Amino acid sequence: MPMDENVRKAVLNAVPSLRAFAISLCGNVDRADDLVQETLLRALANIDSFQPGTNMSAWLFTILRNHFRSEYRKRRREVEDGEGHYAETLKSQPDQIGQVEFREFREALAQLPADQREALVLVGASGFSYEEAAHICDCAVGTIKSRVNRARTRLAELMGIDSADEFGPDQQTRAVLASGE
Amino acid sequence: MNERKPLGQQSQMETAAAHRNKKGAAKPAKLSREVQARLGQQLRAMYDEVVNQGVPDRFADLINRINGKDRH
Repeated sequence: MPMDENVRKAVLNAVPSLRAFAISLCGNVDRADDLVQETLLRALANIDSFQPGTNMSAWLFTILRNHFRSEYRKRRREVEDGEGHYAETLKSQPDQIGQVEFREFREALAQLPADQREALVLVGASGFSYEEAAHICDCAVGTIKSRVNRARTRLAELMGIDSADEFGPDQQTRAVLASGE
Repeated sequence: MNERKPLGQQSQMETAAAHRNKKGAAKPAKLSREVQARLGQQLRAMYDEVVNQGVPDRFADLINRINGKDRH
C-alpha cells in the first residue's frame, strides 16, 4: 500500500526539527542522524498506527525519544565527543550572539540532566506546548514545567549569570559606556 | 505569593532578588525575564541552525524510497 502523499509530506517536513532535537539529545551529529534514520524506519514501518489529523511531529518526536532512551543514552558517555563535533556543524551563528557566549551556552546545555534538557528543547525551541511535551515525554504537565524551570535556572548558574546585564558582550559594552560618563 | 504578581512587577522583583543573591544569599529561585529571554534566544539560535539545514538527501531518499512501494 503506497503511503499517503500528505503523510509523506508531513514526515518530510518534520525531519529538520527532528534532527535538531536528536542533536540536542546526542550531542553528536553523526549519532543524531543515525537516530533520526532509525526513527524514520520505525515510523514508516508503523505508519498505520499514526492517527490522521493528529500531530505528525509529536508522533515522530515520541518515537525518537523512546528509541534514544532505550538504545542510545546508555552509550552516550562511551562515545562522547560532543562539543567539538557539534561546533563543526554549527558554522554560522546569529550576529547578535557573541561567539564566546554561544559556546558557553552549548557547553552549559550539554551539562544539563537529560530530562531537563529535553523538556527545555521541546518547549523552548521545538515549539511544543507543555501538554504536547508532556505527552512526548510520557509524564505530567507539571513535571515538564518543573523541568523547564530547573533547566533555565541551572543554565544560568552554569553560565554564571543572574541578570541580563551579565551576558558577556553587553556587560563589556556597558562597562565602556559607564566609564565614559 | 510573589509568584502571581503582574508581569512588570514580577520582573522587577525577580531582578532585585537576583541582585541580592549576588551578595551571597541563597540560590536564585527564579530568573528575571531578561535572562529567560536571552537563554531562549540562544536555544532557538542553536536549534534553528540545524533546522535551516533542511532535509539531508539521505532522509529524503529514505522517505521517497518507501513511498509508493509495498512495505513488505
